[in-house]
Amino acid sequence: MDMYTENILDLYKNPRNKGILENPTHENSRNNPLCGDEITIQLIICNNDIKEVKFSGQGCAISQASSSMLTDKIKNMNVEDIKNLNKEDILELLHIPISPGRLKCALLCLDTLKGALENARN
Amino acid sequence: MNKKDFPIFDNHPDLIYLDSAATSQRPKQVIKSLTDFYEKENANIHRGVYTLSEQATENYKKAREKIAQFLNANSNEIIFTRNTTESLNLLTNTIKPLLGEGRDEILLTEMEHHSNLIPWQQFAKTNNMKLKFIPITENYELDYEKARELINEKTALVSLTHMSNVFGTINDIKQILDLAKTNNALTIIDAAQSISHMKIDVKQLDCDFLAFSSHKMLGPTGIGILYGKEKHLEKIQPFLFGGGMINTVSYEDATWADLPEKFEAGTQNIAESLALGTAIDYLEEIGFNKIQEYEKEITQYTLEQLSKLENIEIYNPGIEKSSAIISFNLKDIHSHDVATILNENNIAIRAGHHCCMPLMKKLNVPGTCRVSLSIFNTKEDIDKLIEALKKCQEIFR
Repeated sequence: MDMYTENILDLYKNPRNKGILENPTHENSRNNPLCGDEITIQLIICNNDIKEVKFSGQGCAISQASSSMLTDKIKNMNVEDIKNLNKEDILELLHIPISPGRLKCALLCLDTLKGALENARN
Repeated sequence: MNKKDFPIFDNHPDLIYLDSAATSQRPKQVIKSLTDFYEKENANIHRGVYTLSEQATENYKKAREKIAQFLNANSNEIIFTRNTTESLNLLTNTIKPLLGEGRDEILLTEMEHHSNLIPWQQFAKTNNMKLKFIPITENYELDYEKARELINEKTALVSLTHMSNVFGTINDIKQILDLAKTNNALTIIDAAQSISHMKIDVKQLDCDFLAFSSHKMLGPTGIGILYGKEKHLEKIQPFLFGGGMINTVSYEDATWADLPEKFEAGTQNIAESLALGTAIDYLEEIGFNKIQEYEKEITQYTLEQLSKLENIEIYNPGIEKSSAIISFNLKDIHSHDVATILNENNIAIRAGHHCCMPLMKKLNVPGTCRVSLSIFNTKEDIDKLIEALKKCQEIFR
């Protein structure tokens, strides 16, 4: 099975939820030292639910696509449910074979998101 | 050239290996040298009085002599380490007494590998010194004009790479060494990339120290070299302490062995040292003139073919000033995506920051694709690379 499916390439060229939030309640940046990619995730959390989410930063097709998919998935999701998301959830979202060398690219957004939950602004 | 000597291609006939700057493939002669030692000659060196141990000690000594001859150094000036990184760490841990009074600047370049950057960062912090960097020009070369200003009476030492692991630029180190010597600064050369591509004569260069790894010059992993002028090595303290590096030991104190054993604590990588000797024999048998000529031709071909692609940015100073290493990016395609697609076509290249994160920041890219060549690469390899790069562009169109 091909890694660069139409869906992945489409999300790379037309990412979802990419941009900057004016008033995020939570925010986190993380980089992948293997490739130098950096992702920032901003959240607005209200009553323990995700009301709004945006991501920014540059990266490869895999990291950009997984960021788009994950940010789509977590809209209106409960914070406690997000804490339970794991590697398998991301791989299921991507639905492509990820080689060991590229796993970090795929999981960068999840690591960044979990960090954001712990990182309230003010 | 000589591809049949590299057994990796018997096991992976379709492999196109373009990552020799990360680590070489090894010719069968080097691999045989390793197995020969373990099967026929294995014993520890130095203290044994039985025949096998004496023979192993003699062969280890001969390997050191071979490396000394290869660099035009004396045997006492060749220290076995694990790799270039360890050689440089040996220096940052011991070099302090050699630095001139009142000199508080360490001069590096903007194109250093992390291995010649981070040890000096730590050294500068510990010793309250300043780090300075010779900048790179828009043509991916050192700025020699700026170097002239940066090397002065405050410079304690200059440590720089002979050949950039990102651009392939071969630095005019003689020019920098002359400037450093005029200003009485110590000089250290990171020869990790250059060592497999050109003849290096430390007497002619007149550098104080020079470091390289076996595994980037067709030799085994786990072995590296630090060359140092005897007068310096005599003056500095050992880096690692333990067995094999002592003269006398009491419960309270110890005195050190003579050079070079003073710097070689613990059982050494004996088989690997011998196999490095074999790698040197192999390179010298082909001859560096022939190696350079061949690699130049294939590097030039690679540059020409890459330049014909649309939407490519090449980070290279040109064939006159570089060899064997070419970095590039395809527009709007991340280097890791390029490398993944090339891998699907059996082509191994490096992608990412190449242990040069500050340099990538300076280039304003998250990383680059890097092709690095060796004697076994052919023009057909490059044709297949170009074909696969076109496929990448097709996929990402």
